[in-house]
Amino acid sequence: MTTAPTTDRRPIALDFPRLLTGSGPGYDEHLRTLGPLPDHRGLIEEVERSGLTGRGGAGFPTARKLSAMTPRGVVIANGSEGEPLSAKDEWLLRQRPHLVIDGMLATARATDAKQLHLVVGPASEAAARQAVGERRDARGIEVTVTQERFVSGEASAVVHLLTSGDALPTDHTVRLTTRGLRRKPTLVQNVETLAHIGVIARFGAAAFRSVGHPADPGTRLFSITGDVQHPGVTEAEGGTPLRSVIGVASPRSVAGVLVGGYHGTWVGREALERPLALPTMPGAIPAGAGILMVIGEGTCGVRTTAEIAEYLAAESAGQCGPCVNGLPALAELVARLAHGDRNHGLVGEVERMLTLVDGRGACHHPDGTARIVRSAMRTFAADIEAHRHGHCLAAR
Amino acid sequence: MSESLHIDWTRCRGRGVCVELMAGLRRDEWGYPVVVGGGSDLPIAPGEREAAEDAVALCPLLALSFRPSSAA
Amino acid sequence: MSEAFWALGRASGVVLLVLMTISMLLGMVTRSGRPLLHLPRFGVVLAHRNIALLSIVFLTVHVGSLLLDPYAQLRLADVLIPFGAAKSPLAVGLGTAAFDLMIAITITAMLRRWIGRRVFRAVHWASYALWPIAVLHGITNGSDGRSGPFLILSAVAAVLVVAVGAWRLTEGFVEHRRSRTEPAR
Repeated sequence: MTTAPTTDRRPIALDFPRLLTGSGPGYDEHLRTLGPLPDHRGLIEEVERSGLTGRGGAGFPTARKLSAMTPRGVVIANGSEGEPLSAKDEWLLRQRPHLVIDGMLATARATDAKQLHLVVGPASEAAARQAVGERRDARGIEVTVTQERFVSGEASAVVHLLTSGDALPTDHTVRLTTRGLRRKPTLVQNVETLAHIGVIARFGAAAFRSVGHPADPGTRLFSITGDVQHPGVTEAEGGTPLRSVIGVASPRSVAGVLVGGYHGTWVGREALERPLALPTMPGAIPAGAGILMVIGEGTCGVRTTAEIAEYLAAESAGQCGPCVNGLPALAELVARLAHGDRNHGLVGEVERMLTLVDGRGACHHPDGTARIVRSAMRTFAADIEAHRHGHCLAAR
Repeated sequence: MSESLHIDWTRCRGRGVCVELMAGLRRDEWGYPVVVGGGSDLPIAPGEREAAEDAVALCPLLALSFRPSSAA
Repeated sequence: MSEAFWALGRASGVVLLVLMTISMLLGMVTRSGRPLLHLPRFGVVLAHRNIALLSIVFLTVHVGSLLLDPYAQLRLADVLIPFGAAKSPLAVGLGTAAFDLMIAITITAMLRRWIGRRVFRAVHWASYALWPIAVLHGITNGSDGRSGPFLILSAVAAVLVVAVGAWRLTEGFVEHRRSRTEPAR
């Protein structure tokens, strides 16, 4: 279901090179457009002033993670992108790998880290290896290919991949920045976050903040997919309304949008004017990892959710009892909603199963699955009611 | 510093020992412990410290540990 | 005096058979995750642990008294290295092997929090070897090993362990048999 990253149209014109507008895949072109990476002092303070937050989905303030690092640690660039709807990390690694590498090098310098790892999906491996091979300052970066599994992008799974070769989440009771890869302080950052650090290291916090909203400064990459004419990756300012962002992909009609991917939240048409930003911005739809899946009027949101729930149940790594047992049970209940089961207790049973899986795993797979189903119950309440009466609103 | 009883779900196989010892735990339909307040960490009530220590020591799968309540 | 050591060694051996059998049975019930009649699950775990530790006490008495018994002709090396005893090396050797396994299982169980689950479980599985070896030792090495009462006791113990062991292999053994432990693919 991976979308080919083709859309390079943007809802806004940007004032200076960012991610999409930056510089082609080659190192020569990168240097020609941006010049060499400056030896930036005080990068952590600069990142703090920029207000940059993690672009892997959690939206944690990047500077806080950077300052939690102690010397001689490990920096891991996470381009695992286990989410099949996401295409932006692959796009970045194939089109702007040197911006990611810049971010890694600047971060390692600022945190006095001694080990650098770049973890990528199989589709980005060649591009990542070529880019690392192109520059002398990147010789210390070790490229590792992850397994294509939904939960492989989880920070603890990435660390586990590097220790044992298996991208499985683990139970961690202390932060990775305290004790991570082989017990060393470890910083796991999404590749887009690092690319933004590459931008900030060159142009500074003020330039980064010159676009976007004070509560969500800078830009974000979005992967747009679903019932649209031009699926692909785009870049938008923080706080851009949902309608403008999906507009670049030309949807024919909009019945709902899944924001944040398979672990995300469904919103209906009434949310189109709301801004995509950090959850801290009032009225915002949490942008998460910037994944937007549009469904048109001909697509049933309940059915789509049922398919996703079934997929997520099968993607359980099988380590935690409530996930292994709860997700298939939940998926089956949602499938019954989708297929017009008229049982009166069904909705209540779904609610009960949601509380049984939520928060009960070593990673966020059960929580994320509960989130999408819960939001579907809210957003598609009318559809669920229609199904119970034997018809579907999408099939008009 | 207040403490919680942390469940490592990757180890737990639902043998049910902790559920008998801790009032804040019940059991789901597959046998796994359910923290009454939700999640993977049960805040330990002042009088329950000893029971919690028993639970940690007796869990056949070594799935329980103490952790400070403040940690995310 | 030497008669007393011999009597002590013999009596402790019989007690060991009983204790080790109970510990074995409780261990398997622990694995099932079920309560035992009126004993709650944590009680089963506790009893398994305490009876196993109690058998260590009797094992010390058993080995100690026979070391002091001149008739047994047991050297210190025979306690640790199996099949080298001057008198009935095979029968004594079984006892030595059981002793070694028992020590290994006990130490790894006590240190399980530090050595990790994998080592603990691998060594703990040796209980299934330890128990029959110990019983054979009792029959072959015991002064009354082939007497009627001891054989009956051993047979009852064997029937119980085999029965619970067979139950352990059935699908209904664990409490929540419908509970999955593998992903649904």
